[in-house]
Amino acid sequence: MIPFDYRRAGDAETAVAAVAGNPGAAFLGGGTNLVDHMKLGVAEPDLLVDVTRLPFDSVDPLPGGGLRIGAGVRNSDLAADERVRTRYPVLAEALLSGASGQLRNLATTGGNLLQRTRCGYFQDVTTPCNKRRPGEGCSAREGYHRYHAILGASPHCVAVHPSDLAVALTALDAVVRVRGPRDGHGERAIPAAELHRLPGEHPEWDTVLGHGDLITAVDLPPLPMAARSRYRKVRDRASYAFALVSVAAAVELTGDVIGDVRIALGGVAHKPWRATLAEAALRGRPPDRAEFRAAAEAELADAQPLRDNRFKVPMARNTIVSVLAGLTGEEPR
Amino acid sequence: MTGLLRPSAVGRSPVRVDGPAKVTGRAPYAYEQPVREPAYVHPVQATIARGRVTAIHTGAALALDGVLTVLTPENAPHLERGIDPELEILQSPDVAFRGQLVGAVVAETPEVARQAAGLVRIEYERAEHDCVFSADRTDLYRPEVVNPSLPTDTSDGDVGTALRDAERTVVATYTTAMTHNNPMEPHTTVAVWDDDGLTLYDSTQGVHAMRESVAPVLGLDPGVVRVVAPYVGGGFGSKGTAHAHLVLAALAAKRTAGRPVKLALTRQQMFSLVGYRTPTVQRVGLGADPDGRLTALSVDVVEQTARIKEFAEQTGVPARKVYAAPNRRTTHRLAALDVPVPSWMRAPGECPGMFGPEVAMDELAQACDIDPVELRIRNEPETDPETGLPFSSRDLVGCLREGADRFGWRRRDPRPRARLEDGWWVGTGVASSTYPVHASPGTTATVRISPDGRYEVLIGAVDIGTGAWTALTQIAADALGVPAEDVHLHIGDTDLPEAPVAGGSSGTTNWGSAIVAAARSFREKYGPDAGPGDEHTASTAENPFAQRYAMRAFGAQFAEVRVHADTGEIRVPRLLGVFAAGRIVNPRTARSQLTGGMTMGLSMALHEESVFDDRFGFVVNHDLAEYHIATCADVRSVEAYWRDEHDPYVNPMGTKGIGEIGIVGTAAAIANAAHHATGARVRDLPMTPDKFCE
Ligand SMILES: Cc1cc2nc3c(=O)[nH]c(=O)nc-3n(C[C@H](O)[C@H](O)[C@H](O)COP(=O)(O)OP(=O)(O)OC[C@H]3O[C@@H](n4cnc5c(N)ncnc54)[C@H](O)[C@@H]3O)c2cc1C
Ligand code: SF4
Repeated sequence: MIPFDYRRAGDAETAVAAVAGNPGAAFLGGGTNLVDHMKLGVAEPDLLVDVTRLPFDSVDPLPGGGLRIGAGVRNSDLAADERVRTRYPVLAEALLSGASGQLRNLATTGGNLLQRTRCGYFQDVTTPCNKRRPGEGCSAREGYHRYHAILGASPHCVAVHPSDLAVALTALDAVVRVRGPRDGHGERAIPAAELHRLPGEHPEWDTVLGHGDLITAVDLPPLPMAARSRYRKVRDRASYAFALVSVAAAVELTGDVIGDVRIALGGVAHKPWRATLAEAALRGRPPDRAEFRAAAEAELADAQPLRDNRFKVPMARNTIVSVLAGLTGEEPR
Repeated sequence: MTGLLRPSAVGRSPVRVDGPAKVTGRAPYAYEQPVREPAYVHPVQATIARGRVTAIHTGAALALDGVLTVLTPENAPHLERGIDPELEILQSPDVAFRGQLVGAVVAETPEVARQAAGLVRIEYERAEHDCVFSADRTDLYRPEVVNPSLPTDTSDGDVGTALRDAERTVVATYTTAMTHNNPMEPHTTVAVWDDDGLTLYDSTQGVHAMRESVAPVLGLDPGVVRVVAPYVGGGFGSKGTAHAHLVLAALAAKRTAGRPVKLALTRQQMFSLVGYRTPTVQRVGLGADPDGRLTALSVDVVEQTARIKEFAEQTGVPARKVYAAPNRRTTHRLAALDVPVPSWMRAPGECPGMFGPEVAMDELAQACDIDPVELRIRNEPETDPETGLPFSSRDLVGCLREGADRFGWRRRDPRPRARLEDGWWVGTGVASSTYPVHASPGTTATVRISPDGRYEVLIGAVDIGTGAWTALTQIAADALGVPAEDVHLHIGDTDLPEAPVAGGSSGTTNWGSAIVAAARSFREKYGPDAGPGDEHTASTAENPFAQRYAMRAFGAQFAEVRVHADTGEIRVPRLLGVFAAGRIVNPRTARSQLTGGMTMGLSMALHEESVFDDRFGFVVNHDLAEYHIATCADVRSVEAYWRDEHDPYVNPMGTKGIGEIGIVGTAAAIANAAHHATGARVRDLPMTPDKFCE
């Protein structure tokens, strides 16, 4: 850990300017990820700009029927919001499946989306890691990668994004609102599914955001089908563990067939994985286990598991089937 | 021995005498000991697994404001060599494992010390390292003895022939993972040199044991070293022996001109510096007749040790003690690797060693089509199978029967994979448990009457959170025949009479025996009307019955397991244990020990694994987010019961020790229940969801 300055931003503009003007500066949300990284030497900012006092700390209705979630809203508060719980249960469940009560009380919506991978080598500065130091090599590929990616990885990095919240937002077609140094007084809107990127040649970039880009809010579209949605997280212990595989899903039945369906997977890729192939395979089909399984297999056909995480393929497949079966009233197996 | 103590306070459940101080934050743990103007130490650890330090660049660290000194192998104070290689730190440039101490920064604040430690740049000459643990290695060796000093191999009859001729056999390999003790309180030491010598406020399981290990390495007479530990936040064995950080604190304090130093290891540092449980590979062979009577029993164990210092876990030992079989063999072989030094972790030997054999017994029950409880009862020995000595008391059968009743075992449908509830496969399993009775003759205690008329009881015991403060007060009260309120206990200091570690489930036994000895001779000397100033000290003698009886506690563990049919997630809604462990001094704290042990067994079964990357030589998941310990949500119903056991031979309290038996056999019961639930026989721990996801 190195000494650093601390500043509390009063408004978004100053916050953005303060960070944009200093390559060593970082926004500080709840600090539950960033401060850990500072202790470990993974991050060494010389200035922290605290954004938790910015006026982005409420959940407000949007004109068209959606909700706007301020970037500073704490994970606990968001999970407890009555509108979220009834209209977007997948979101509340995702939040409550993450971390612990104490951490959720501190963690913010913006910070949660931008938390970094839990890859053990990324978090230990004594081992090579392309994400931490591009070009050093990836220790996980041939090392401990039980939690790592089965989809969309590159030779340079096989890490997964750990956020549960992001997976739910991806399934819900949420939109992340960003204010950056080049946005003047305006804001950009980035679909949640496009916020995080695949590692490709540049695993050091987790997202499409640049230095000084401040997340101000996340917009949830009005999505009536989301009232019937679920987040299912499969993990090594019953609580306080990252996902081996997670599934966020919403289903709408039209008569006897699936009218619309949303599926996103967590724990499988460098970003929340929107299962578009599975969704396409399911629209208009009857809701039964055989259909669910075929759709899941279609999504996972290109999976490239590593030596020690082959189990994630059947686990993801079965979890998709299990969640869809639950949402459509199929009996558990 | 003048017979068993007549219980009055013993057997009751007074609340912890140290409770109020702890919950109000007034119980000083090692790091919180108030010392004047402390400086702070932060270790520098090797980042290679084998080789030597060729240069240490300390300029940047020393240039930092607030840095007092940087210790390196080049400038560290001299230590005595050839005593304990784990403790002889900074004496040579050699690196024997990754994470070994190669330096330390002493600074005005912990933050500056940590920052400066990050600025120390080290050049190494790397040597090829070898950290690959495998039972197939060709260089496995046979240690002289296994922990603490038990025979490495035993053999009776002819196991090979008996296995070949047996009508029912199980021959399989079982593995347990490398695990770390991870007590809540990290290892911390505050070291102070003054004219009288060295004082160490240490987070330890034994003050005298620390002094005995550290003094010779420091070249000191033990008489000038004082170790103090009034309150300790758990140890699970990792604070039972001295580790390198204790010496480092003492060395650092040598360089601060009388200023005290404080050292607290980080959680990450604990993964290479304070011991761990070796991974084990257990090749188990069972042969039986069709009625399930064992004709052969073999356990061949392979485990690892550090090349720099040997620790041989006695994993094969419990199999020598539990069941009768005419032909028997146990062996231990070690791989000496460039790894951190393994050591004690709750129930060394017994805990891993009751996994393989107890799962094998379940497999045998299946092979013989016999109920697994009944199978165990059929193989109950009349005497200690290893020595032929009678047991001073043994009630495994009673535990199995009572446990079966309480658990509802009789309603069990024996077929595996037969119960599916709400998408979860449900099953139940059983395993036996055992733990030896250890005693350390020569444990000493003093009883005296203070000027205000209270009975002061002095002994260098340590309460690591178990309840020793309370239990020893109860024992002292009964031994003196006074109410517990009249007893004022003093523990946790080498200035007090000599006492062994809180380890081997023997704390209450040893310390209590010494207190009883001191109280009884105090009463003999002064009679009932003793007054202020009267004082008497006594030590425990060799137990004359130790050569005539085998002494062990036994238990039976029952588990219910649910495995999700789609995802393979595994849960344990119910654990139930029944133990026969002599007399229970304080049911409240005893229950915590037993259910705590069972919980740790659950954690071992489902979660705990130090993932060792042998390319680097370190534990990758070296923090509590990534190294999984069971959470509250994983631990549902855990019930512990005990059977009244009257054992006049073990010691004057009739106690056998309860700190460890709870963890023994739990993992096997859970594995057996998981098999009953799913039909899948998992022989490797931990049993994570991938092992059940198809
Ligand atoms: C032990 C443990 C277990 C956990 N388990 C889970 C889990 O199971 N599931 C899960 O999803 N998460 C888990 N987490 C992670 C936790 O959810 C994140 O640490 C938390 O959400 C981060 O939020 P924060 O506000 O504290 O972010 P910070 O730590 O403050 O910041 C994280 C990053 O976001 C940046 N940042 C913060 N706010 C903004 C903003 N408004 N605009 C732009 N950049 C910003 C910071 O600069 C930093 O780079 C766990 C964490 C721990 C420590
Ligand atoms: S997977 Fe990515 S984060 Fe992990 S070591 Fe490889 S490059 Fe680094």
